[in-house]
Amino acid sequence: MNYADLFLALRPETLLEFTALVILALDLFFLRRRAVRTRFAACSSLAILGCTLTIALIINTKVVLTLPGGLLLSNPLVHAVQNAILAVTIAVLLLAISSRFTHHVGEYILLILSATVGGMLLVATHDLLVIFLSLELLSLSLYILAAFDKRSNRASEAALKYFLFGGMSAAFLLFGFSLLYGLANSTSLEAISSAIAAAPAFNPLLAVAIVTIAIGFGFKIAAAPLHFWAPDAYQAAPAPSAALIASGSKIASFFALFQITLIGLDPAAGSAALRHSAPGWIPVLTILSVASMLAGNLGALRQLSLRRLVAYSAVAHAGYMLIAVCAHTADSLSALLYYVITYALGTVGLFAIISCIEEDASSDLLPALAGLSRRSPVLAGSLAIFILSLAGIPPLAGFFAKFYLFVAALQSSPQLLWLVVLAIAFSCVSLYYYLVVLKHAFVVPADDNTTPLRAPILTQILAAALALITILLGCFPHLLLNWFVAAITSSGTN
Amino acid sequence: MLAWTIYISYLTAALLFLLPRRTRPDLARILALGSALTTCAIALSAFCNHRTGLSFTIIDCNWIPLGPQAGIHYALSADGISLALVLLTGIIAIAGVLFSWDIADRTNEFFAFYLLLIGSVYGVFLAADAFLLFVFYEIVIIPKYFLIAIWGSTRREYGAMKLAIYSFVGSAMVLGGLIAAYAASGAHSTSLADLAAASTHLSPHFQLIAFPIVFTGFAILAGLWPFHTWAPTGHVAAPTAASMLLAGVVMKLGAYGCLRVAMTLFPLGLAPWATTHLGLHSWRDLFALLAAIGILYGALVALVQRDFKFVIGYSSVSHMGFILLGLMTLNLTGLSGAVLQMISHGLLAGLLFAVVGRMVYARTHTRELAELGPMNLNRTLPFAAVTFVIAAVASMGIPGFSGFVAELMILLGAWRAYPLLACSTGLGILIGVIYIWRAMQKAFFSGSPATEDAITPEAGVPHSYAGVSTRTGGDAHTSHAHNLTPITLPEKLAAILLIACSVIVGIFPRLLLDVIQPALNSPAFDALRRGGPWQ
Repeated sequence: MNYADLFLALRPETLLEFTALVILALDLFFLRRRAVRTRFAACSSLAILGCTLTIALIINTKVVLTLPGGLLLSNPLVHAVQNAILAVTIAVLLLAISSRFTHHVGEYILLILSATVGGMLLVATHDLLVIFLSLELLSLSLYILAAFDKRSNRASEAALKYFLFGGMSAAFLLFGFSLLYGLANSTSLEAISSAIAAAPAFNPLLAVAIVTIAIGFGFKIAAAPLHFWAPDAYQAAPAPSAALIASGSKIASFFALFQITLIGLDPAAGSAALRHSAPGWIPVLTILSVASMLAGNLGALRQLSLRRLVAYSAVAHAGYMLIAVCAHTADSLSALLYYVITYALGTVGLFAIISCIEEDASSDLLPALAGLSRRSPVLAGSLAIFILSLAGIPPLAGFFAKFYLFVAALQSSPQLLWLVVLAIAFSCVSLYYYLVVLKHAFVVPADDNTTPLRAPILTQILAAALALITILLGCFPHLLLNWFVAAITSSGTN
Repeated sequence: MLAWTIYISYLTAALLFLLPRRTRPDLARILALGSALTTCAIALSAFCNHRTGLSFTIIDCNWIPLGPQAGIHYALSADGISLALVLLTGIIAIAGVLFSWDIADRTNEFFAFYLLLIGSVYGVFLAADAFLLFVFYEIVIIPKYFLIAIWGSTRREYGAMKLAIYSFVGSAMVLGGLIAAYAASGAHSTSLADLAAASTHLSPHFQLIAFPIVFTGFAILAGLWPFHTWAPTGHVAAPTAASMLLAGVVMKLGAYGCLRVAMTLFPLGLAPWATTHLGLHSWRDLFALLAAIGILYGALVALVQRDFKFVIGYSSVSHMGFILLGLMTLNLTGLSGAVLQMISHGLLAGLLFAVVGRMVYARTHTRELAELGPMNLNRTLPFAAVTFVIAAVASMGIPGFSGFVAELMILLGAWRAYPLLACSTGLGILIGVIYIWRAMQKAFFSGSPATEDAITPEAGVPHSYAGVSTRTGGDAHTSHAHNLTPITLPEKLAAILLIACSVIVGIFPRLLLDVIQPALNSPAFDALRRGGPWQ
C-alpha cells in the first residue's frame, strides 16, 4: 500500500478538516467575547474560503488513481460529485452566516465541514468499510447538527428520533455488509461482484443482505417506509442544518447507493418487469420507490407547516430518484446526478426563504406566508421558482430533471414503463400542494401589515441567486449535464 | 420575425413584474397594450406575407443534446394553421387588454401574468419541436392559475386549482405519450417532423395505445366531454380577460395539440380496431361520439342555467365539441372547418365573455338572469345589448358571421363521415339558438313594459344609458340601474374589433381558408393521409 498515493487522494478532505480545526481554534481563542453574529459571520466566511480552496484543489488535481481494493478513488466522476457536494455546502454556509440560534459557533461550523468530509469520502470509495465509516461520519455530524438549537424541545426530540432511527439503520447496513463480506471474502465492491457472479445459485443470505442494505440507505435518502424521521427533523432542526440534511447528504447517499448496486451487486440485479419479475435488488428498490412516492405525495397533501411539506416532498422526490437507480446505466447516472444536484440547490434556497419567514413571523405555518408577494417580492419570486421547479414546471430545472430521468430510465429499461407512468401520475398529485404554498404567498391577501419583510440581505441574495441558477439550469441543462456525461465516460463507469 | 411575438410578450411581462408597486396603473396598461398591438401587427404582417399556407422555418438551433446524435432543438416554424391561430391570439390579446383597462388592484402583476400567458400561447402555436411545444404548453398553466385565483370572482380559488390540476393531468398524459414515442421510435430528435417520420416505425399496436392517451391529454384542455367540468367552473371564476383568453385561445391549444401532435404522430391510432365494442369500431368513432355528446350536453345544460356567465361557459364546451368532431371527420372539409371554428369561436367566445363579464357584471354586480331582467339593460346599456345581440346571432350560426361558415363546413365533413352524428349536431345547433336566445332575452329584454311608461318624456330627457328605471314594487336594484356607468371607449373599441373580425371571416372565409387548406394538404399531414383512414 503506497502511503504517498493515499495522502495524494486525501488532500481535499485533509484541507477541509484542517480548515475546520482552524475555525474551531479561532473561535475558541479569539472570538469568545464577540457577538454571536460576528462569530457566525467570521467562522462561516472562513469555512466558505476553505471549501472554495478545496474545490480549486480538486479541479487542479490531474491525478487519477485507484487504491488497491477500491479503497479510495480519484477520478473525474468522483471529483465532479465532490465539487457538487462542496458547492451545496458553500450555499448552506452562506445560509448559516445569518444564524443566531446558538453560541457554540465554532463547533457548529466544524460539524458542517465534518459532514461534508464524510460525504466526500462516501463518494470516493468502493470499499464496504470505508463506505460505512464515511456514512457514519456524515450521519453523526448531522444528528448533532439537528439537535443544535438547545432552546427548542422539539429540536431535541427530532434529533433523538433521527439518531435512534439512524443508529438502527446503520446496524442493519453493517449487518448486510458483513453478510456480503461473508459471501465474497473481501470488502471490495468489485470482488463482491465477481463472487456473486461466480456463485452457482441465488444465495438466500444475499437476499437478506440486499434488503438490509436497502434499509440502511433508504433511511439516508428518506425513502418510505424509512422516512418517519424526516418530517420531524426537517421541522425542528435549525435552518442550515435542515438544509444540509436535505441537500448534501442526499447527493452523497444517492451516489453511494448507485455505486453499490451498479458495481457491487450487479449480477444480482433481478428485474422489476410487471409480469416477469426476477429476484434481486431492483424489485426491492422499486418497492421503496413506489412506497416513497405514495407516502410522500399523500402525506404532503394536508400539511400546514411549510417545513413538513418540504420533508414529505423530499420523500416523494427520493421515490422518483430511485427510478434512476433502478435503471443502472451511465445515462441514468447523469440524470440522477442532475436531478439530485438541482434538487439540492433548490432545497437550500427554499430553506433560506423559510428561515427569513420564521425570523419574521416565528412560525413556518402556511398562513404566515400571507402577503409575501407584497412584503418581499424577491423572496416571493424565489419561492415561486423553487416550488415550481419541484413541481416540474418547465422551463425550470426540476422539469428537465424529471424529463431526462424518465427518458433515460425508459431507454435503458423499457420494463420500467409502469414505474415511470406511476411517477408521472404522482407528479400530478404533487402539483396541488405546491400550488397551495404559492396560493398562500401570492393570492391570500395580507392583513393590514403590509410592512416590508425584514430579512438578512445575504439570505435574500442567496435565495435570488439560487433561483437564477435554477432557471439557468432549466433553460440550458447541458451546462451541467455535459460535465457529468464527460466525467462518467472518462471514468469508465459502464 | 414571428418569434418576436413570444419574446416581446415575455420581455414586457418581465418588465411589468419588475415595476415597483407604486407606479401608476396607466403605465402597465399602456405597456401591455403596446405589447399586444406589436405582436398582433407582427402576426398580421406574417399572415399577409405567407399566403401559400405551407410550412416555413423561423428558427432552428441545437438546444439540449440528449446523446451523441440525438438532441432537442429550439425550433419554431409556422404553416397556414399556425399563422391563422397566431393572428387570432393577437386579436384576442388586444381585446383582452382593452377589456381589462379598469383593473386597479395589482395592475402590474395582472398584465404581467396576462402577457406571460399570451407569450406562451404564441409559443405553442409556433413550436416545431415536440419538447418545446410541451414546455410552452405547461408554462401556460401557471399564469392561468394566478389570474383566476387573484382577480377572479365566484369560487376563484377552487376554480383555479381545478383548472390547474386538470390541465396538468392532461399535460402529464401528453408527456407520457411523447416520452414513449421518443424512446420507442429511435428518433434522433424531438422535432415534430422527425417524430412523425419515425412514427412509421412504430407498430400499429403501440400507436393504438399511445394515440388515445395523447389525444385525451390534449382534449382535456379542449373540453372533451366528460373531461370538460373544469371549463364552466374556471370560466365563471376567471376575470373577464382571463375568461376571454381561456375560452378563446387556451382551449384552442388543446385542439391544436390534438391536430398537430396526436393525429400526426400516431395516425394509425385512428385505424379500426380488431373487434367492435358497443358499436364503435375505432378510437376515431369514440372521440367523434364524445364530441357529439359534448355538443348536445353543453347546449342542454346551458339551456337551464340561471347564471349568465355559466350559459356562456357551457356554450364554450358545446362549440369546442364542434371542433373536435371536425377533427375526427378526417376529410379536408371537416378539418378546415374545425380550424376555422377554432378561430371563429375564439373571437365569439371572447366577445360573449366580454359582454357578460365586463360590460354587464362589472356594472350590475350580478350575473343572475332573474336579477338582470328587471334592470332593462337594453335601455341602460344599449351598446352592451347591441353587442350581445350581434355576438349571440353570430354564435347561433347566422350567415354573415364566422360561425356559419365554420359550422357549415364541419357539418358537411361530418355528414360524409358520420351521418348520424351530423344530424345530432344539427340538433345541437338548434338548441344553441334556444339557449342563447333565452339568455339574451332574459338578460337584456325582460324589463316590464311599465318601465317604458314610467320614463317621463316631457322634459325631453334623452333615453340615455343613465336612464331611469322606476318600478312599482320597490325593486332593490332600482338604485343600481340609476348608476350604471356608460360603456367606456376601450370596451367599445375592443367590441368593434372582435365583431369586425367575425364579420370579415364570415363574408370572406377564403382569407383564412386559402392558408389553412394548403397547410392541411401539405406533406406535414402526409402520414395522417397515408396512415389513417383518410377520406
